[in-house]
Amino acid sequence: MNAQTNRSSYLRGILDGVPIVFVAAPFAMLFGAIATEAGLTILQVMGFSVVVIAGAAQFTALQLMNDNASTILVLATSLVVNLRMAMYSAAMAPHLGDAPLWQRATIAYMNFDQTYALSQAEYERAPNQPIARKVAYFFGTATPLIPVWYGFTLVGALIGATIPPEYALDFAMPITFLALIAPALKSAAHVAAAVTSVIVALALAWMPSGLGLIVAAIAAMLVGAQIEQWSERRAS
Amino acid sequence: MNYSSPHIWLIIAALGVGTFLIRFSFLGLIGARRLPPWVLRHLRYTPVAVLPGLVAPLILWPEATGGNLDAPRLLAACATVLAGLLTKNTLMAIIAGAVTLYGALFLLG
Repeated sequence: MNAQTNRSSYLRGILDGVPIVFVAAPFAMLFGAIATEAGLTILQVMGFSVVVIAGAAQFTALQLMNDNASTILVLATSLVVNLRMAMYSAAMAPHLGDAPLWQRATIAYMNFDQTYALSQAEYERAPNQPIARKVAYFFGTATPLIPVWYGFTLVGALIGATIPPEYALDFAMPITFLALIAPALKSAAHVAAAVTSVIVALALAWMPSGLGLIVAAIAAMLVGAQIEQWSERRAS
Repeated sequence: MNYSSPHIWLIIAALGVGTFLIRFSFLGLIGARRLPPWVLRHLRYTPVAVLPGLVAPLILWPEATGGNLDAPRLLAACATVLAGLLTKNTLMAIIAGAVTLYGALFLLG
């Protein structure tokens, strides 16, 4: 009976996760193609998608490596992009915190924007279901995603090596970043943070690659948080 | 890109470990404690704090045109943002940007 309900939660997770694949596949392919064009070997490209498994941070690292930024700045900036995932981890902890360690570690590896969003919605809908079912659902959402992420990175890497430069692939990266940013501009505070980031980064463009960007990111975070606080106060 | 192969692998490994630790943090080590509101308030803005600053110089000073502002690339950037704002969909925004870029490169040569 229990095994059966766990199984049905897992299957439901898979069904909910399938639509994500249509976003993840082209995104992974783009990363594979651009990273190969930038000069990484296929094994290194795959290393990024398997070891890091975080699209926006992978693109960020690649762009800074294109600029020959120092290792520490490549790492710091890309990890700042991923800091939001600490928030996801904190949101999952009340639901999954009592699961066995290997399950929590596996979930951590698979905790992306999309698996988090689906699982969070599921746990809010049914907060009192047994923890094994919550874990099964989470694993379900990641099941279609992960092989597609690996596989299409490889497809992109194989294709990227054959694309001639006149196809303006140089601009695929900026377009990808803009396409990630625009839907994330959910409030005035988000817009203010984005504008701050642009202004400070351009003003500090004379600094060594990546350094001005870190300063810009910190300034933008402070501005976003401050404006959020102001608008909350005004609303209450 | 001027990194040796071991150097690239070091970046991949360190980024992988760092990303995993961020994802594992509360789930694995800190447990079911709640984050203080001021921390959450800052974390919410991490992607929109980094990516716009990263992309702005790429659009204003594209390397492929020797750092000169370029009409097809600028149009493509505008189309991407507009489509992203309207559809709230990353994939649609990428498609709109790519179509505009190739269209403008074809028309404006």
